[in-house]
Amino acid sequence: MSEVELTIKGRGNEPSGVRLTATLALSGMLSGFLLSWAYQVTTPIIAANKAKALQAAVLEVVPGSSAVSYLALRAGVLVPISPDEKTTDPVIYGGYDDEGNFRGYAVRNAGAGFQDEIQLLYGYDPATKRVIGMRILASRETPGLGDKIFKSDSFVANFNDLAVEPEITVVKDGRDQPFEVDAITGATISSKAVARIINEGNAFWLGSLPPAGEEPPAPAPAAQPGAREGGRP
Amino acid sequence: MTPEKMYDEFTKGIWKENPVFVQVLGMCPTLAVTNSAVNAVAMGAATAFVLIGSCFLVSALRKYIPKQVRITTYIVIIATFVTIADMVLEALVPAVHKELGAFIALIVVNCIILGRQEAFAGRNPPLPAVLDAAGMSVGFFIALMCLGSTREILGSGSIFGVPLFGPSYEPWVIMVLPPGGFLVLGGILLLFNWVKQRKLARRAGASA
Repeated sequence: MSEVELTIKGRGNEPSGVRLTATLALSGMLSGFLLSWAYQVTTPIIAANKAKALQAAVLEVVPGSSAVSYLALRAGVLVPISPDEKTTDPVIYGGYDDEGNFRGYAVRNAGAGFQDEIQLLYGYDPATKRVIGMRILASRETPGLGDKIFKSDSFVANFNDLAVEPEITVVKDGRDQPFEVDAITGATISSKAVARIINEGNAFWLGSLPPAGEEPPAPAPAAQPGAREGGRP
Repeated sequence: MTPEKMYDEFTKGIWKENPVFVQVLGMCPTLAVTNSAVNAVAMGAATAFVLIGSCFLVSALRKYIPKQVRITTYIVIIATFVTIADMVLEALVPAVHKELGAFIALIVVNCIILGRQEAFAGRNPPLPAVLDAAGMSVGFFIALMCLGSTREILGSGSIFGVPLFGPSYEPWVIMVLPPGGFLVLGGILLLFNWVKQRKLARRAGASA
């Protein structure tokens, strides 16, 4: 009996369920409205930032290039696509110099590092079958040790002219073969991870690329908004 | 509200009730993102934006929010501000956003924020609520800067990315790793409490 009384008494000064529900619904709606507005304002800026960063990275790993084309692999053939096009096909980037000559591919690949995934981009020249540049896009390797995969100039320089055949190999006692990479002291796992990610990228792409000299032509300047001002003079 | 009262509401968060050094709240971002001064600044600014914005809204709406659903409503308000801060940082400073990673989103569960709504903004008018939030933000910012700059100077030999000691400096790497956060925070808390104890002792000595 007292229980029933208490409940009824308690209810007297409590707001109704409708009021509670309305408060929550209203705050949810208000929040949704604010968020969709903020999303609309920031999304194009974020997308533009990302595209710019990627193009800058491609120009960096393909030396001598000043224009970038996006190439999707469809039914075994590389098809140029628009930078804004969303696709589930694997995408590779082509780097071209001012005269429109093909300078190399940029391949994006990711794999497990020491702590977390390493995302990187590397340049590949099909004429010489060599890696011509490498840049880490995202990683969480140990500061001071594993992060030397992008902070140490001498390690990054390993990838400026590196044969991909038979396979990129990490060595600890100095590089004396064209396909060897000198490991970072104290960060062998991170060094090996970088080599492995590139080898995996090569295993996927090298069989699908057209014969050297038959690469897709440079994109028309109109199809490359921002590429020129983003590139090197 | 008198100017002195307003001044008190603002300054209490900086020293007397400093969220990190006295209340020891918000330890997750304090330890995790203070490995460089730039990260500390970004984290402090993002937290300040969320704290001041949500304190103002909570205080302005406090009469319309039934107390049974107040925590849920507070969290919705806080999460909205955090998500906006997350998007704005990603659009304006992508490099810093990448460094801070998940810790921006984790501001939602920073105890300082919900703590201020419950302890202050939910029962005070907007002006003192905003002053209180601003004071707490400044206190949090100072705490993050203390840790961030100490750890960057010791662990990387630089401040805001500017090298201080020349190439011969061997970085004390552990300071930018997670254990360094605990070491520096412990040291600063020790110093803070020592200063406080001395002040109390002196006051006791003066009155005796």
